[in-house]
Amino acid sequence: SSFICANYLKIELYEMGWNLKDGLRDCLVAAAPYGGPIALLKAHNRRSPSARPQLEIFSSSGLPLASFPWKSGMVKQLGWTVSDDLLCVQEDGTVLVYDLLGGFKRHFSMGNEVSQSQVLETKIFHSPYGTGVAILTGALRFTLATNIDDIKLRRLPEVPGLQGAPSCWAVLTQDRQSKVLVASGPHLFILDNTACTPVTPPGLSPQASSIVHMCVSFSYKYLALLTDSGHVWMGTSNLKEKLSEVDTKIKGSPKQMAWCRRPKSQQPSAVVMWDGLLLVVGECKETIQYHLEDDSILVPELDGVRIISGTHHELLQEVPGACEEIFKIASMAPGALLLEAHKEYEKESQKADEYLREIKEQSLLSEAVRQCVEAAGHEHEPETQKTLLRAASFGKCFLSNFPPEQFVSMCKDLRVLNAVRDYTVGIPLSHTQFKQMTLQVLIDRLVYRKLYLLAIEVCRYLKTPEYQGVSRVLKHWACYKVQQKEESDEVIAKAVSVKLADAAGISYSEIATKAYESGRTELAIKLLEFEPRSGEQVPLLLKMKKSPLALSKAIESGDTDLVYTVVMYLKNELNRGDFFMMLRNQPVALSLYKQFCKHQEQETLKDLFNQDDDHEELGNFYVKASYKEQRLEARIAHLQSAVDEYYKAKNEFSAKTTEDEMRLLRFQRKLEEEKDEQLVGFSLQDTMTTLLSVGLHKHAEQLYKDFRMPDKRFWWLKLKALAEKEDWEELEKFSKSKKSPIGYLPFVEVCIKHHNKCEARKYVAKVSPEQKVKAHLAVGDVEGAAEAAIERRNESEISTVLSRCSATTDHLLVERLNRAKATVPKK
Amino acid sequence: MASHLFCGRVNLNILREAARKDLREFLDKCSGSKAIVWDEYLTGPFGLIAQYSLLKEHEVEKMFTLKGGRIPSAAVKNIVFFVRPRLELMDIIAENVASEDKLHPRDFHILFVPRRSLLCEQRLKEKGVLNSFTNIDEYILDLIPYDGDLLSMESESSFRECYLESDQTSLYHAAKGLMTLQALYGTIPQIFGKGECARHVANMMLRMKREFAGSHTQILPVFDTLLLLDRNVDLLTPLATQLTYEGLIDEIFSITNGYVKLPPEKFAQKKQGEGGKDLPTEPKKLQLNSAEELYAEIRDKNFNAVGAALSKKAKVISAAFEERHNAKTVGEIKQFVSQLPHMQAARSSLANHTSIAELIKDITTSEDFFDSLTVEQEFMTGVDTDKVSTYIEDCVAQKDPLIKILRLVCMQSVCNNGLKQKVLDFYKREILQTYGYKHILTLKNLEKVGLLKPQSTMRNNYPTIRKTLKLWMEDTNEQNPNDISYVYSGYAPLSVRLTQVLARPGWRSIEEVLKMLPGPHFEERQQVPTGLHKKRQPGENRTTLVFFLGGVTYAEIAALRFLSNMEDSGTEYIIATTKLINGTSWIKSLMDSPEENLP
Repeated sequence: SSFICANYLKIELYEMGWNLKDGLRDCLVAAAPYGGPIALLKAHNRRSPSARPQLEIFSSSGLPLASFPWKSGMVKQLGWTVSDDLLCVQEDGTVLVYDLLGGFKRHFSMGNEVSQSQVLETKIFHSPYGTGVAILTGALRFTLATNIDDIKLRRLPEVPGLQGAPSCWAVLTQDRQSKVLVASGPHLFILDNTACTPVTPPGLSPQASSIVHMCVSFSYKYLALLTDSGHVWMGTSNLKEKLSEVDTKIKGSPKQMAWCRRPKSQQPSAVVMWDGLLLVVGECKETIQYHLEDDSILVPELDGVRIISGTHHELLQEVPGACEEIFKIASMAPGALLLEAHKEYEKESQKADEYLREIKEQSLLSEAVRQCVEAAGHEHEPETQKTLLRAASFGKCFLSNFPPEQFVSMCKDLRVLNAVRDYTVGIPLSHTQFKQMTLQVLIDRLVYRKLYLLAIEVCRYLKTPEYQGVSRVLKHWACYKVQQKEESDEVIAKAVSVKLADAAGISYSEIATKAYESGRTELAIKLLEFEPRSGEQVPLLLKMKKSPLALSKAIESGDTDLVYTVVMYLKNELNRGDFFMMLRNQPVALSLYKQFCKHQEQETLKDLFNQDDDHEELGNFYVKASYKEQRLEARIAHLQSAVDEYYKAKNEFSAKTTEDEMRLLRFQRKLEEEKDEQLVGFSLQDTMTTLLSVGLHKHAEQLYKDFRMPDKRFWWLKLKALAEKEDWEELEKFSKSKKSPIGYLPFVEVCIKHHNKCEARKYVAKVSPEQKVKAHLAVGDVEGAAEAAIERRNESEISTVLSRCSATTDHLLVERLNRAKATVPKK
Repeated sequence: MASHLFCGRVNLNILREAARKDLREFLDKCSGSKAIVWDEYLTGPFGLIAQYSLLKEHEVEKMFTLKGGRIPSAAVKNIVFFVRPRLELMDIIAENVASEDKLHPRDFHILFVPRRSLLCEQRLKEKGVLNSFTNIDEYILDLIPYDGDLLSMESESSFRECYLESDQTSLYHAAKGLMTLQALYGTIPQIFGKGECARHVANMMLRMKREFAGSHTQILPVFDTLLLLDRNVDLLTPLATQLTYEGLIDEIFSITNGYVKLPPEKFAQKKQGEGGKDLPTEPKKLQLNSAEELYAEIRDKNFNAVGAALSKKAKVISAAFEERHNAKTVGEIKQFVSQLPHMQAARSSLANHTSIAELIKDITTSEDFFDSLTVEQEFMTGVDTDKVSTYIEDCVAQKDPLIKILRLVCMQSVCNNGLKQKVLDFYKREILQTYGYKHILTLKNLEKVGLLKPQSTMRNNYPTIRKTLKLWMEDTNEQNPNDISYVYSGYAPLSVRLTQVLARPGWRSIEEVLKMLPGPHFEERQQVPTGLHKKRQPGENRTTLVFFLGGVTYAEIAALRFLSNMEDSGTEYIIATTKLINGTSWIKSLMDSPEENLP
């Protein structure tokens, strides 16, 4: 409701340690959120080339981190990335990147279009994808890069009717896309990749004729607009909902405007700054005014606004609920009562008990403890924190099952926060900000500032897993260490190995890479020796042209992809002879390379076999090649090469077999030409079957002799071929040609298979005694089978026959068989 | 649903859930609607991790098979390639990307399975498309949970690569997979192994352990022992025809990624009153795992004991359905109805398995099957292994399937520790003349991996191995087995005997035999932090992970399960493998038969 206004509190964070002559006047200033560093560039407006302005970087407490004369082009804007790098956007669209200690990292361009029409205005913003840069060019067009670590420039569509620079604009992140909101006089547009859409803020005061300032909240969820009529409109940034509108009654153009809002707070509120005046506007009609003595800048934070002037650094924020409840005058909130109870207890007064009773009667003791703990988190003064925590601890004594985690972690967090808020470190993080940014990021920030010892102490104190904590810090330390030119390789390598010896999961290769990049190859090699992951050593070794070492490390890792990578690298680096030589000494690499060649470079494969005098494999190679040939001559030529190689390899069998293959091919071709029968490519067996089926018995016979085919197989083959043709006459002739090496049962069975019982019977008599029963049964002659079985006095055969008898029709036979069975001597 | 992963001693669903989580995270990285372009080989293994529904929940709207040319049009924001890191696939991807419609560009992403490859990325770079990809990532899928006690890498050609091509990539993945497993289930304190590959994997594991020092959270070890076994330590077992129910299903119909396709005739729905009988023409596809109660019960039985088990089950089920007549009160009827879905599932499961058993029986009762089995058993018992087998000769003459011949010849060679040169050359000539000279390369491959070899001067030590390890048991009980030999009706798989002896009384008792088998045998210990040492309850079994490098058969798995379930065995087994194989698929993976290119 509009009657209750939130309370705002401005506290001093630091008295600035810097000594600025003119304060912040005529300075480009950029201060990073989350209590980050501050960059200052003085006198950037003077265009005289002789006067080089000084670029200075300070901590939030104003202690100098870096300072150097600016030698590049005219800077339009400074800004910080999410990883504490400084971006300097020049007039020509070049962006220079520095680390927070002033070390130059790299530069990139915002594109030709920008450099031609020059930068008019720039905004640096943070999106879920990283840090982005938005530029308004002299041609009144917007160019955007959403992530400077992966630059993809986007030129946004034109804003219709734009004559001069827009009165104000801002970058929003909506639906995972960065968009620009532009005000041109009374009109408001949203620019995205494809379109420029006019928008109207719902319920904007009709007195306004143009929007003079705008700002987006830290979370990109809310938008505040300041109109020329002095009204501040506040609503959601999708422009669907209005939250409030307040008349500031001031019509001048402000210097800066920012949201000042706590997460989950119900109150929309923005801060507007004019010369000498700061105004907090919220939901209610009343505004809160602060007088400013000095030129200041506003730094929006997640839960408030920091105000930096030439001398002071302050934090303005909505008083947190818990603090308000406890410290409000005459508060009866449980937390306030508990604090009071504890005070009395310290005075050894019995009133302590009365207060406690009052809380307990309402069963609000655990709520009281929670309030005190929460309030302690929001307090910046260690003394106040302690008082509140002591009260909480006191209250806890009277609770039996109160979970201790919240209290314990708050104590720990505050200890860490107090340490980094210290003037010498100068990171004034609030507890809310700390939780949002995470410990990991805080450690990173300490590392960027080279506060390694503090970072390690924090990790140890909070018991961060070594891998993410201490080891990571030590790695950064080592990366820094190896760049120190004044120390010798030996000293550094020793120092690094001693410090890092017990730390788990250290990536020595990263450290070595840093050393190599600083031109210290020898040191890099020394450091790589400590790397337990051989896979990690390889890329750097290659970069340093230590390829034989790289190859053996790759093999050691067992990672074949890595071996391939090195092999391919060597293949391009070395001449063919040296390359092959090197492979020869590394059999694992050689066999992998052979696999590669098999699929990708057949000819190289041949060269490799040649080099090794591997005639066997060369033979196989030619055999394979022969099958790829379309023409028979070429195929036979390959086979001949194979034969030669097989002989050289002393593989008589393969040589002879391949010669047989050639012979067969020639025979097949000859017959194809003569008889017009397709044969080439058939196996010997299939060739003969075909020959027999078309009646070329002589030719089949010839192959049988030439290729020394075993009799058995030839008989089977001919038997089946003739039966297939139903050439019973020829079959009979064949059966009588000589004594069958496969016996005569197959004749019976093959005839039956072709449904010719009559022919089958012809062969039954010739079947050997052992198979006779089977033969009789095959032609359905149960009686004959019975005779044979009885004659052979074979019990199992008799049983087989019995199983084929029918009890009704073969009554007599069954009796006979049973009688015979009884007389068979038992084994 | 992955209920089959819960039933074992070790909850393998943790592994599956971890894999699913990674997949979801990757899919969410490519925000917006997407189409997946599949390396076809991967669809089977992925099916074991996630169904289409999971993909759909993460805005996968279309799926295509990776092939050259342009990707079919689809109104999606992202195109995601799921591929193995193979150069030939990179060429196809490059072609896809290059022919993309420039007017409606889509975001491209690659997910490499199981690992990113610098070599492949280099190839994409050479083709000028590397920068077209928004995300290049890897999906570490080494060991896939296959069943409650079974993990498989589903790496088809692992044996071929390791033993024929000296490419040990799959072993690297195996070692990585074991590291993942240890990250989830704790460090395995004891490692045993036999064979060159086993040694290599163990070395890599110990190395990686050092590399990752400090990055793993500490977990109470679930596994007590890891046993790494090279397939080439036991070349014989996969050659023999498996005689368990599941083994025979695999031998005859081949199980792929947990599914089997069966001839449809036996599964025709018997519906009345629908006039003409429409016989289904599509093969019947069934998923086979322990989630199906009946299957879990009979899968590992000798096939000769399956009939009895099925009819017993039939009686139980019909008795259960009879219960409804006894249900009188509302409560009883409600109780009955609540069990109905379960009972109906059981009935349809019974019908399916009865049909499958009939299909198998048609084959196992044939004379062919009997003859072939007789010869196999003769070889395994050492009968006439040194001369040409008339049976094989006859089979060649009849031009029986080549793989059948190769299986038998290899078996004879293995059981005789090599064939006499004359015998070997005879078989080779027979095969080349009958099936074509092009198979000379296949024969050479078989020789290279040791499946076929000429007899050396060394004496045949197979009989010693057979006797010491009791590989042949005369009085095998197929119905109520008391020894693992039931899985091959007499032959006890060598690999499983080694496992059994390791558990009790230990390998020291068979040093002589171990020396006869190829490759080193070894034992390693991994330090387990104090406080994480397992305190075994009295009577609590040890858990051993047996990893078959180069493949395992269903019959071997059955034998290990039999050991796990044996009273007082003291050890329970979890099985891991590069691939589930049988003699046919194994020999096929070793074949090299160039396509004829003549017109």
